Amino acid sequence: MSVQVNTKQAEALGGDVEKQAVQGADIFIQSLQNEGVEMIFGYPGGAVLPIYDALYKNPIPHILARHEQGAIHAAEGYARVSGRTGVVIATSGPGATNLVTGIADAMMDSLPLVVFTGQVASAVIGTDAFQEADIVGITQPITKHNYQVKDVNDLPRIIHEAFHIASTGRPGPVLVDIPKNVSNEIFTMAEVKQTEVNLPGYQPTTTPNFLQIQKVAQAIQKAKKPLVLAGAGVLHAGAAEELTAFIEQTGIPVTNTLLGLGTIHGEHKQFLGMAGMHGTYAANMAICECDCLINIGARFDDRLTGNLEHFAPNAQVIHIDIDPAEIGKNVPTDIPIVADAKEALQALLKLGVSAEGLEEWTAHLDGMKEEYPLQYKKQEEGILPQEAIEMIHKHTRGDAIVTTDVGQHQMWAAQYYKFNHPDHWVTSGGLGTMGFGFPAAIGAQLAKPKETVVAITGDGGFQMTLQELSLLQESQIPVKVVILNNQCLGMVRQWQQTFYQERYSESLMPSQPDFVKLAEAYNLEGYKVTTVEEADEVFEKALNSNKPVLIDCRVKQIENVYPMVAPGKGLHEMIGVKP
Amino acid sequence: MKRIITTTVINQSGVLNRVTGLLMKRQFNIESITVGHTEQPGISKMTFVVHVEDQRKLEQLLKQLQKQIDVLKVNDISDKAIVTRELALIKVLSPPAVRSEITSIIEPFRATVIDMSKNVITVQVTGDPEKVEAFIDLVRPYGIKEMTRTGATAFVRENQKTPSQQLSIL
Repeated sequence: MSVQVNTKQAEALGGDVEKQAVQGADIFIQSLQNEGVEMIFGYPGGAVLPIYDALYKNPIPHILARHEQGAIHAAEGYARVSGRTGVVIATSGPGATNLVTGIADAMMDSLPLVVFTGQVASAVIGTDAFQEADIVGITQPITKHNYQVKDVNDLPRIIHEAFHIASTGRPGPVLVDIPKNVSNEIFTMAEVKQTEVNLPGYQPTTTPNFLQIQKVAQAIQKAKKPLVLAGAGVLHAGAAEELTAFIEQTGIPVTNTLLGLGTIHGEHKQFLGMAGMHGTYAANMAICECDCLINIGARFDDRLTGNLEHFAPNAQVIHIDIDPAEIGKNVPTDIPIVADAKEALQALLKLGVSAEGLEEWTAHLDGMKEEYPLQYKKQEEGILPQEAIEMIHKHTRGDAIVTTDVGQHQMWAAQYYKFNHPDHWVTSGGLGTMGFGFPAAIGAQLAKPKETVVAITGDGGFQMTLQELSLLQESQIPVKVVILNNQCLGMVRQWQQTFYQERYSESLMPSQPDFVKLAEAYNLEGYKVTTVEEADEVFEKALNSNKPVLIDCRVKQIENVYPMVAPGKGLHEMIGVKP
Repeated sequence: MKRIITTTVINQSGVLNRVTGLLMKRQFNIESITVGHTEQPGISKMTFVVHVEDQRKLEQLLKQLQKQIDVLKVNDISDKAIVTRELALIKVLSPPAVRSEITSIIEPFRATVIDMSKNVITVQVTGDPEKVEAFIDLVRPYGIKEMTRTGATAFVRENQKTPSQQLSIL
């Protein structure tokens, strides 16, 4: 055990000097070490001073963000790319509440996080003490579970449970609130041991029911027009390989949700592209026409389904999900399977499941892929955002880790960057969080230092968390920031143009800062590009360098994301399919 | 439709909040909720009466409850043979002129007078919520000064007449 022994304190307590008397904060660090935590994202403050002091004595690498929101989004990026649990520390009150957006984001996108917040001393909890906020109450609806530690002796157990809950079953954020006196309290125990987790109310089912798997096999065999819809559940289960094996063995075409991108190689011949509001025509028509829809790890989000009345009207629906509450939530399911995606796919592969007579179906879909590809009208002057994404793809050969916020740039990245790897797409899907992409890129880069990480953001979103530029410079984290700068809130502007008769209420931002000077202010390299030639040159140089770079890529303002399923419409009613 | 749901939970601070918060977030309307200890130490049981629109909403409710880490068991017992009880305390205006009339109502309901003053009596009535309701209706014309109800608590009878319908994936 590496924590410092304080024999005086033990003696003072009349305790056994043989046993070690240490502070709660030391136990905290020891517990994190026991969990194998390799990195912490955080921001210190009054209520976590004992913890930061213990961290000084027994360091675990700590990333000091410039805002708690930056810390938690970085932890999300780290978790998403590494598959490990992200760890965040913030102080009580404002520190804790600054985490709320990130916690909700991690909850919506099922990312494993353990969030530690300091709390005022137990004696003053509930008195509106300085920097007090009821963070347990605040985060109850947006965490998988949360705790407040009342007794230092519970600390090792609670931390162990928190990591277990965050990373198993359907992953999610767990918050542990630690009052300052608990961090200061003396803990006497021979050793901080990891005990067995005992949570009778939490027993996720990971192994699929064999009879149900047989039913799936039969349904697939009978289907004339089957379709696989793969979501982020496949990524969380690490089942991308099994998914590819499954579709190749059966010959079934496959589409992705926004968050599922990367589960199948972006240029796989059976891949129809992303489905949903800004999905490809082929993918959405496949959903409309299929007679058997095999959903693996997607939650039938409304941005995917469009109007539910018209969603997969002819299909027998198979839904594989580790969270039983997702099954049947939005779309009635014919064959439910509660299981880990990897185990379910392995079971299907073991059964030698096959589909026959799909030639007509796949030829029909291939025809649609060819006839209605994603397209945009090239222009003589200026850069189109779609072109910028294609250039980024070209210069990184589809191998970069790409992170985004929410909005137009996110949709273009999803459409035009063809992902080769399952852990290379980090985006705020469920919550749609502006300001997510840049700090998430920092976390992703720290998780995979050798990969090229590109944060594609908009000029709006970037300004929500740009203070984390400090981190790039300070730790020389070689994230490439590409701002698709259209001087407006692109998606808001697009909706105002389409659904609000071009009344651009508060969505145009004609005066943006000089982002290049801003980069320079942080001692970083910055470039502004306004033509395709410039962009091509700068992208090539910057994306293949090992330094942090910011690129202010000026793109055309009036450019819309197409094709599109308007809100309230069915997937068959796509607009903007043809130029 | 009205459903009676029982939930076995680990008795920790904040669990009730967690469960009611979940129902609020998903817009379920709780008619009544009762909580108390069970025969096992550290384990409590909640009974709540909720209104849900349809079978699918109900299934979603049960699954979401089941998902909570501190929830051990969730049962929709509405279609089973059950015993349900509720307690109501009612202060009724009862000037001497009508007192005997009121007392004659109390008796068939096996309700009890637990407090009495010059013009007011306090009655305790227990039974299934319909019986309590019926009693309240009868005494209402005399003037109810104050009333408090506990909400229903329930569990299934030892012998079930017919097997109840089970949801597919719970």
